[in-house]
This record gives sequence, structure tokens and C-alpha cells, in this order.
Amino acid sequence: MSNAANTVTTSHQVECPECGASVRFARAPLAGEVTRCTGCRAELEVTSLSPLRVELAPEVQEDWGE
Amino acid sequence: MRIALLHSRIRIEERLLIDALTSRNIDHDVIDLREQTFDIHEPGRWTDYDAAIDRCISQTHALAATRVIERFGVPTINPASVIEACGDKLTTSLLLARDGVPTPRVRVALDEAAALAAIEHIGYPCVLKPTTGSWGRLLARINDRDAAEAIIEHKSTLGSVAHSVFYVQEYVDKPQRDLRVFVVGTQAICGISRQSDHWITNTARGGRAGALTITRDIADISARAARSVAGESGGLLAIDLLECPRRGLLVSEINHTMEFRNSIEPTGVDIPGRMIDWVIERARAGAEAAAGVSA
Ligand SMILES: Nc1ncnc2c1ncn2[C@@H]1O[C@H](COP(=O)(O)OP(=O)(O)OP(=O)(O)O)[C@@H](O)[C@H]1O
Ligand SMILES: [Zn+2]
Repeated sequence: MSNAANTVTTSHQVECPECGASVRFARAPLAGEVTRCTGCRAELEVTSLSPLRVELAPEVQEDWGE
Repeated sequence: MRIALLHSRIRIEERLLIDALTSRNIDHDVIDLREQTFDIHEPGRWTDYDAAIDRCISQTHALAATRVIERFGVPTINPASVIEACGDKLTTSLLLARDGVPTPRVRVALDEAAALAAIEHIGYPCVLKPTTGSWGRLLARINDRDAAEAIIEHKSTLGSVAHSVFYVQEYVDKPQRDLRVFVVGTQAICGISRQSDHWITNTARGGRAGALTITRDIADISARAARSVAGESGGLLAIDLLECPRRGLLVSEINHTMEFRNSIEPTGVDIPGRMIDWVIERARAGAEAAAGVSA
């Protein structure tokens, strides 16, 4: 199992593709992790880990839910 | 033991479940269902798993994946039958009605004129809901015939085929809150009450959450609801209850991939930890049964 979550790197930081604000993860993100940009409220999804890249998350679909 | 966590995105909930697996030293793989292809004739590495936890946000995908993985002999939590029972409000209502679990009155209609008749039969106000979906999306409270006609026309014109089933429910004149009970197996482990000035009181619409004391009544109706959709052993479920001034507690709906991030702090209960402990217990039981250890 990977220890990536515990590795101390300088920053888990990336630019928001929507508004350019910097998006910071408290811990090393996982592929598929979603977060919200504090600048523009866009929902972002991690699509690549190295290099760290986020894209706009897909829109909510009709059958999505709890 | 090896556990698969199936997902289509990692939210805070999935992160907390992964943490709970890690802290218990359980070998696990985090699997993005969007990247999978399944050879239905050849289980391959899927047989390595003692259980698979479904956390997929799309119910259609969750159902397809769990059907395949169950066929491969891997127990999924929740199982496909539970996803089917909870993912569709009509199915949930039918099971609750079958088992005599108190729930709001429902009428179903398949055509526009019949929908209007169903609404008039239930009376005003009533609630029209899509049978699938969550977070209070596209729920409509209908206060009079004008609104009924307008909403039926909108649904027929703009809605997908899923909206061609009209699910009409009596409006429950609850206090400005609803209750959510977290069930592990058939045990109510904790709950929250969600308060709002809007009639849709769940947190997705800005409701505020506070801790709920699990009374015997709440524990009982939650256990009955869990058995109704998931059988004797129950599942990992969130039961939403409405307090009817006349009939008491009613089961509004049951969620099979519940969100819980905002419920840990008010309840003080380690919800993801309790969920994972149950998964481990089920996986062990399954492995022992397969090995013929238990009768
Ligand atoms: N028949 C009803 N009478 C009164 N209030 C209702 C009724 N049905 C739903 N509500 C209110 O609307 C909220 C959302 O309803 P419901 O749970 O059916 O929708 P949902 O989209 O499945 O939401 P979620 O799964 O996120 O809880 C409930 O928590 C409740 O506050
Ligand atoms: Zn942004």
C-alpha cells in the first residue's frame, strides 16, 4: 500500500482551470478526488497526480445521489 | 483479507473510509469504476477480494458494477439488491408498504391525466418526486390544481423518460426538520436532525444539522426499514424519517451510499470506522462460509 498520503511535499497546490486561483490540498490528493475552488466555487476533480492536474468535475447527472 | 473500494470520485467520505481501512491495516484497492472493463466470463483479479464497498455516485453504474462483481462471487456492500431497493423511490415504498413499515402514502401514475387524478386523490398539498435522484433535486410541493397541471406538463415536455413515472406522495406536515439515522447492519448507531425554514430540510438545501437522540422508537423503525430493503442482516444505510403530527415517525427514504461528513462532529460517532468494521465482519463471515468453516 502506498504511503503517499504521509509523504511531506512542499505543496499540493495547483491552479484552478476556471479562474486561475490557487487550489491547495491539505494532504496529498488521490486520483479522482474532488474539491471546490475557493475562488470561483467550481467543482474540480484531480485527473493527474504527477504533474498534479485538476479539471472541471462532470456536471451532476440525473441518477447521481446517496 | 483484501477489500476493494469502488468509486467514481473521491469525496471526503471516500477519503475517510480509505483512512479507516488503512488505520486497521486492511489491504485495499481504491478502484475508479470509470476506468474498468469487466470480462463477464473471466473474473480475473476480482476473486482476490473478500468484499467490495460500493461508493459510486451514479446509481446506474453502481448497480451494473455490483451485479457483475457479485456474479464473480465477491460480496458487495451494499449488494445490488439493496442498491435497487434504495435507488428507486417506488421500489423502496413498495417494500416498506409490503412490510407494514410506516411511510407516507404514495400513488403512482404513468400518464399525464392519470397523474392529475393521482394528485387530486392524495389531495393538496402533495409532493411529486422523481423516482431516482437525491439531494432534494426536482422535488415539487404542489399546493393546488393549477400547479399540478403546470408541473405535469413541464415534466412531460422537458423531462427524461425517468420522469414519465409520476410518484405522488402525501405532504407530511412535519416540524421544520427531518431526521436521518445511520444504520450499520440493523443497528441505529447515531442520527442527526436537519432543520430548515424551507420545506426541503435536508442539508443539501442548506438545512442545519444537530445531534439526534436515538430513542427506542427511532431504533425500531430504522431497523425495520433496514430489514425491509436489505434483509435480516441489514446494510450500511441512512434512513430518513419524517415526524407526522398524526401518525408519528414515517420512513421517507433510504440511502445506500450515504454522505456523512457533516454528521461525525455533531454525533461524536466515528461513522466511517463503524462502517468499515462492519464490512470487515461481513468479509470474514463470507470467507469462512466459503471455506466451509461455519455451518
Ligand atoms: N412527503 C413529504 N412531506 C414533507 N416533506 C417532505 C416530503 N418528502 C420529502 N420532504 C422533504 O424534502 C427532503 C428531501 O426529500 P427526499 O429525501 O425524498 O429527497 P432526496 O432527493 O432523495 O434527498 P436525499 O436523498 O438527499 O435525502 C426531506 O428531507 C424532507 O425534508
Ligand atoms: Zn476557481
